[in-house]
Amino acid sequence: MLRLVVRRLLQLIPTLLGLSVLLFLWLDRLPGGPASAILGEKATEAEVARINRALGLDQPVYVQYWRFLKRIVELDLGTSTQTGQPVWDEFVLRFPATVELSLLAILIAVAVGVPLGYFAARNRGGWLDVTAVSGSLVGICIPVFFLALILKGVFAVELGIFPSYGRQDTGIDATSVTGFAVLDGILTGEFDASWDAIMHLILPSVALASIPLAVIVRMTRASVLEVQDEDYVRTAEAKGLKRSVVRGRHVLRNAMLPVVTAIGLLTGSLLSGAVLTESVFSFGGIGSFIRTAIDARDYPVLVGFIMFIAMVYVLINLLVDLAYSLIDPRVRVH
Amino acid sequence: MSVATKTDKIQRLAELTATKETSTGASLWREAFRRLRRSKMAIIGAAVIALFVLIAIVGPYLTPYSPTAQTWRGEVFPNRGEFVGPRGENWFGLDHLGRDMFSRMLVGARQTLLVGVVSTLIGLVAGFLIGGLSGAFATLGGEAGRRVDSVIMRFIDMMLALPSLLLAVSVAAVMGQSLTTVMIAVGVVQVPVFARLLRGAMLAQGGADYVLAAKSLGVRKRRIVLSQIVPNSLSPVIVQATLSLATAIIEAAALSYLGLGNPDPAIPEWGVMLAQAQRFFDNAPMMAVYPAVGIIITALGFTLLGEAMREALDPKLRG
Amino acid sequence: MRIVKSRAARAITAAVAVGLIATGCSSERDNKSKGDGEKDTFVFAGAGDPGSLDPALASDGETFRVTRQAFEALLEHESGGTKLVGGLAETWSSNDEGTVWTFNLRKGVKFHDGEAFNAAAVCANYDHWFNWTGTYQSSAVSYYWQTIMGGFAKNEDKETPEANYKSCTAKDEHTAVIEVKEPSANLPGGFSLNALAIHSPKAIKEYEKQEASAKGDAITYPKYSQEAGTVAGTGPYKIVKWNKGNKEVTLERFDDYWGEKAKIKNLVFRTIDTEEGRRQALQAGDIDGYDLVAPADVKTLKDQGYVVPTRGVFNLFYVGMSQEANKALKKKEVRQAVAHSIDKENLVKTQLPEGGKVADQFMPDTVAGYSENVKKYPHDPAKAKSLLKKAGEEKLELEFCYPTEVTRPYMPAPQDLFELMKADLEKSGITVKPKAMKWAPDYLDATEAGSCALHMLGWTGDFNDGYNFIGTWFAGYDKQWGFKDKKVFDAVNAGSKMGNVEERVEAYKKANEVIMDYLPGVPVSSSPPAIAFAKNVNPPNVSPLTQEVFSEASFK
Repeated sequence: MLRLVVRRLLQLIPTLLGLSVLLFLWLDRLPGGPASAILGEKATEAEVARINRALGLDQPVYVQYWRFLKRIVELDLGTSTQTGQPVWDEFVLRFPATVELSLLAILIAVAVGVPLGYFAARNRGGWLDVTAVSGSLVGICIPVFFLALILKGVFAVELGIFPSYGRQDTGIDATSVTGFAVLDGILTGEFDASWDAIMHLILPSVALASIPLAVIVRMTRASVLEVQDEDYVRTAEAKGLKRSVVRGRHVLRNAMLPVVTAIGLLTGSLLSGAVLTESVFSFGGIGSFIRTAIDARDYPVLVGFIMFIAMVYVLINLLVDLAYSLIDPRVRVH
Repeated sequence: MSVATKTDKIQRLAELTATKETSTGASLWREAFRRLRRSKMAIIGAAVIALFVLIAIVGPYLTPYSPTAQTWRGEVFPNRGEFVGPRGENWFGLDHLGRDMFSRMLVGARQTLLVGVVSTLIGLVAGFLIGGLSGAFATLGGEAGRRVDSVIMRFIDMMLALPSLLLAVSVAAVMGQSLTTVMIAVGVVQVPVFARLLRGAMLAQGGADYVLAAKSLGVRKRRIVLSQIVPNSLSPVIVQATLSLATAIIEAAALSYLGLGNPDPAIPEWGVMLAQAQRFFDNAPMMAVYPAVGIIITALGFTLLGEAMREALDPKLRG
Repeated sequence: MRIVKSRAARAITAAVAVGLIATGCSSERDNKSKGDGEKDTFVFAGAGDPGSLDPALASDGETFRVTRQAFEALLEHESGGTKLVGGLAETWSSNDEGTVWTFNLRKGVKFHDGEAFNAAAVCANYDHWFNWTGTYQSSAVSYYWQTIMGGFAKNEDKETPEANYKSCTAKDEHTAVIEVKEPSANLPGGFSLNALAIHSPKAIKEYEKQEASAKGDAITYPKYSQEAGTVAGTGPYKIVKWNKGNKEVTLERFDDYWGEKAKIKNLVFRTIDTEEGRRQALQAGDIDGYDLVAPADVKTLKDQGYVVPTRGVFNLFYVGMSQEANKALKKKEVRQAVAHSIDKENLVKTQLPEGGKVADQFMPDTVAGYSENVKKYPHDPAKAKSLLKKAGEEKLELEFCYPTEVTRPYMPAPQDLFELMKADLEKSGITVKPKAMKWAPDYLDATEAGSCALHMLGWTGDFNDGYNFIGTWFAGYDKQWGFKDKKVFDAVNAGSKMGNVEERVEAYKKANEVIMDYLPGVPVSSSPPAIAFAKNVNPPNVSPLTQEVFSEASFK
């Protein structure tokens, strides 16, 4: 397992290198180049020249790239033009919120999607199948921002069950230890703070779960259909094993493999969704920060975020591989 | 190599491919089509799409009023929250600038379809080239080819990991804000999906018997790829294209929501209309509901058909 | 593997347990948010995060909204009005030329950190700003200082204006004298700016140890301005916490405040980026008030029983023309045609908040210097067409830039305003090429650089002096407008150096007439930006300058 981890981490290197080249080229292609991105159109020529010198843009391309790379390796992602603070610090500050949100969204998607997909497959062609499949498809067909607005309108404004925005109530004087609001509450014994954080998480995470839910229902259904005809399932049934055992141990377990992979691949779309949901709910995570960075053309933040996501993505897929070896006995042998 | 043996080989290859076509290829499609016709999902999906395309084509000729003229602008008062709902002359009411909503919805269908189709085509063509190249390297390029393939794929994987919105924003940053940008941005997002899919299908086909046979006959590699592998890898791509149309329409709406949509908001497009009407949701919910329902139903139509096709074409899922 | 599994199991059990315990606590939350007479936290939502806790480094309304509660300047505006009154200075006077300003300071004032307020403290502040070096001299950091007082003791960039500030002397414990080199229309109004509010000298010493840095890419604000603890003013509230992740700044009542103490103990400013998000938060009872209310929501909220006071009108919304971006605009007929095309009445009637007025000059009628006798350009498409014909510009094509994702107090829904004006211009036969841009930095940069033929912008006055409006735009050549017209520039500057107020106002009236005859752009409207509060709130006096003081607010 250690070898797997090391190998995956090593694979990170060429990927990030490639990405850094792309990002470097992208920054270079921006209208007017980096100097005008920093100074704006009003910049005088002298200012542009000064910035170009400061950024080393008067040097050969490979030298520029080398500098760019060196900064990234040193985790120096630059300074946010919106807040004037180091990009890395801004991410560290906001990352926990987005992690909480995404985790809960995935949790909801799995908790609802796996049983739904499983029973849909079992009742193939039946009403449950049709409702489950088309229902989950409606989920991906509603623009996330609209779904979020509706959810908020109904459950926060009309019914007043959940808070309408933010991550924590103002009245809750929560102690921050790790930055994960729910976890902090548990660690410090401020359970009301945990509860408050959970209440704030529910609406945005339900909105965010709409996309992974559809994917998970689909994947589960397809792979259950595939697995239930496999020889080992038939054998198990023929052996006279209890139905629940066959289903639990053989069908569902094996059907979970592609689902787990799908979860790993969902990172990208989850973060896209987070940009929209977080901004609808003014949820103080990376998503809403990126939204304002988009509006303010905060390039250091956008570039840093892309590098950051690349790392997160690789790490998540590493975790997925590890999860694989837990679920699949065949992988475990290797 | 004598002329006789060469023609002989081509002859045999032709026989081989012919057999392939009749025994597997064509019947696979026919079989799939037969199953599609029995699927409720497919029928609903196809019906929705047909209706949508029909509206997109003839809709602009049926508009009772100009969709862009602010004909009734003295009658709507956004600053007082007073809007005009459905009435005799305006079946869907007026929008916030006194334009006929019904006309806007009709014309908007065409814009929406245009954005969906063009961006999917962009994604498809680019993905096709990248995936096809990569797949060709992998199947026929030997050790070196496989290495090239793995480099390309690593990259494609990375693109898949990036939030699509951010990709779109990056494109928009370089190209400025325009309808073309929206289409390219949404298209770029689809590139890795198509590339991966085509390559995967090609790899699967690359190991198939008929390809091995053609290889052993010494048929030129380019020809094997173009006349054998690619056509037989098409079905998953077509399925994906159907699904992508749905994604493209939703993605375009999200870009509009982020203020990166068509810079001329007068031109009706459902995504732009929805993004604009959200502000008035409390006072005039229908203004948002029309385009939202339009987007949802259309996206659902493409998704249903795509899913049904996927299932029909997947031999493992045959009932 | 087993270990991992059992750990996971334990984690799940723990989570369930927490859930159960927490459910027990949920009733507590309900009590807190409903509250009866005991509610002691006021939550107000703005549209953006503040940039810094030191107002001297800021130039945006979101920052000042927060800092205004904790910092006070020498002069203030009367509550709910635009008249200058004493702030930390009880009275003030100047010599005839307006170059020596004497302030008689309020006694018994304490800073949040316990320091005493006196003349030395005032001078410590002014000298601190005057002696700024390095990045502090960037116009992005010290915008207001440079606007009011010019440059610094040692200017480091030749683009920085020459210093107008001369000295500050503590004549005695409670008398401070500030001298400037030349009279300026920005005084005494400038002394009321929150950017020039007085900080504790102890805090100033701390500030001076910290450097702002510009790392090519961006300005990094000094640490003291990014977290509560160091900054200390004299205001009714003191800043106790800035939780950036949660987008909230928490303030607490300052019990040693010299004036009437705040009625509510805790004041919290939170950021909710979208208009509908703020409205929904108010309707859901999650906040007690918010600013930048969409005009469409004003009536709805009123009908639902919310408190939506109307501010006075003190802003100006205009369509700018950049003559260098499109040469056709150099022709006066073309500019007049644009002015005659725009149906301002319709915009005011349908788009701008109720109480909005059509503008006919670059100043709202509430500002001293407004003239009744300016040339007017009523909506008249036929006349516009004939003017274009006269100018030989019948096939005129103009690029019209507009900002997206933004609302400003003077410009509630830019995109809608743009669409309406585009339709107007097209009716006169002008082809409009729309260009959408993000507000900051794209749009602001583009308009400032004069790269759009037409654009729309506005201004909310900082204090009641005409120069604060017309001087902002027409004091000299400016890329935004791209014209050089000595007559206009002279007329605008004539008033700025006059010490006598009546003479100055007369000069402004003249200037307005000259400007509207030349017609560098089209003033469109002045409108009152709305602000909304929960049903149980006695709101503070709303201010035309959007300078609300929340210590006046209370719960019913």
